[in-house]
Amino acid sequence: MSGTNPNIRWLEEPKLGLSGRMYLPLFVQGLTTTFKHLVGPKVTLSFPEERPQIGNPLIYRGVHRLNKDGTGRVKCVACFLCATACPAHCIDIVAAESPWPDREKYPESFTIDELRCIFCGMCEEACPVDAIELTSLLDLTGRSREEMIFDKEKLLSVYDMTIDAEPMKSTALGGTL
Amino acid sequence: MTFETIITLIKIFLLLGGLMTAAAYLVLVERWMAAWVQDRKGPNRVGIPLTKIKLFGLGQPLADGLKFIFKEDFAPKHVDKALFRIAPIVILTAAIAIFAAIPFGSVLPPLEIEGVPDPIPLLVTPNLDVGMVYVFALSSIAVYGVILGGWSSNNKYSFLGALRSSAQLISYEIPLGLGLIGVVLFAGTLRLDAIISQQADSGVWNVFLQPLGFFVFAVAATAEAARLPFDLPEAEQELIGGYHTEYSGMMLLLFLIAEFLHMITAAFLIVILFFGGWHFWGLTGAGDEVTWFTAIARIVVLAVKILLVVLTFMLVRWTWPRFRFDQLMAMAWKVMVPLGLVNLIVMAVLVEYQQDLADIVGAESLWPLILISWIVTIGAWIIAGLYAPLSTDNTPRPMSMPFDAETELN
Ligand code: SF4
Ligand code: SF4
Repeated sequence: MSGTNPNIRWLEEPKLGLSGRMYLPLFVQGLTTTFKHLVGPKVTLSFPEERPQIGNPLIYRGVHRLNKDGTGRVKCVACFLCATACPAHCIDIVAAESPWPDREKYPESFTIDELRCIFCGMCEEACPVDAIELTSLLDLTGRSREEMIFDKEKLLSVYDMTIDAEPMKSTALGGTL
Repeated sequence: MTFETIITLIKIFLLLGGLMTAAAYLVLVERWMAAWVQDRKGPNRVGIPLTKIKLFGLGQPLADGLKFIFKEDFAPKHVDKALFRIAPIVILTAAIAIFAAIPFGSVLPPLEIEGVPDPIPLLVTPNLDVGMVYVFALSSIAVYGVILGGWSSNNKYSFLGALRSSAQLISYEIPLGLGLIGVVLFAGTLRLDAIISQQADSGVWNVFLQPLGFFVFAVAATAEAARLPFDLPEAEQELIGGYHTEYSGMMLLLFLIAEFLHMITAAFLIVILFFGGWHFWGLTGAGDEVTWFTAIARIVVLAVKILLVVLTFMLVRWTWPRFRFDQLMAMAWKVMVPLGLVNLIVMAVLVEYQQDLADIVGAESLWPLILISWIVTIGAWIIAGLYAPLSTDNTPRPMSMPFDAETELN
């Protein structure tokens, strides 16, 4: 691209008129704008009392959950795809032979270090059976580092907690069932 | 100990307590204003301690104070310990001492208590004939605090910041003085309470009589108080905090309080010199014969005026972007000093020939003076604008031949 390109429109700053060079009119104008904001509507949210409106919970990336299938078993097949995809290396899975006939493996333990997680959603993208999902829970707090390492039970309980409010993305967004 | 001493001590304690509380709560107000201007809500959580009563966040200054008390008072190894600790004390002491000469109202009505002199002026040092000189001398001491702080920090950024700040503070002393001399000439006294009385007697505030002086003084006072758009002493973007980079905890707090006190002083001076102090038409009267009502009304009027000026300072903070340093200096020397000189000359001439002027017009009224000084103000202002010494702008200029990277790089 060169400067002589006729498609480029060269803009010039408008020259300051007399009123601009007198400073005062522009100053008063600025002061009026500032004052309007002083009394105008506020956009802040008082967080714990007021909850933010999440536009679409289905595409929001909050705390993880491990989905259950129709019979209440964990959906995960311990394929390690999520752990592989995770850029923060915060998913730790121990696979074991599945006690159920319809799959080979299941996760004996499944932990996510929520402190390391960057909530990128790669795990959810990678999962072939839509077992791991990010919910719209956004206030993730804990009193210790250990508390922030979510194990399988906790991740499944997040599922129980949120499933009524948020359907599985597989149903709502047309993924695998 | 005489009653006079006791009364002075009471005044000093009231003054100190009032000032410190005012500074603490003005910080809260400033944070509110900042938040509101930015469409936020601002501090509104901390209320009465150990309860859930929020009280609009009025407990915030208390919490801030406690935080400062428990913060580690840290002085880096490389600093000159003695000077490092003296600097904030110097600046704060001077900032507080200024208020000895500043009236907080007029006088109390006669108390008629045995041995107590009547009436009691609401001023720590009444009858100080050099009031203005005293205020000026002490406000210039701030420069020492800045230089000491920057120098003893033993850090080139602090030192550069200190040099810059002192250059700014010293430069703006001159327009400050020039803006003020007009008032002093007109009132014929350096006493602040007398300057208010003169305005109350004539009923014409100085801002109407010498608008040019007011503009020069207000701008210079803002710069002296290091408020935006003149807050180069702590231009954190360029200087990582300026002269108080190395300070933390309590020591930093002293600097910050001093800064707030400078703002309050500036507001007091602007109100006293140009907005008639405690005078308000039809409400507070003139003269020293007061009832309890007028005495209190005068205090309230003064307080409200000062609050309005302070709020304007805070609004201006979010209205104007900070000056570049060269613009700041150009503004002082090329605009404010000439305008101040014009004001000085015009006021001197007007005061000298006031009587002749009244004879010509045939009345003892101030209108001819006001008219002349407004004409001069507008004229001088337009000339300053046309001359535009601040147009040292560094916006990219359109080139006569558009920039062509290929030819340019080869
Ligand atoms: S959201 Fe991203 S960082 Fe967090 S567990 Fe999933 S893949 Fe890892
Ligand atoms: S990608 Fe899905 S199925 Fe595979 S291990 Fe992770 S959660 Fe389980």
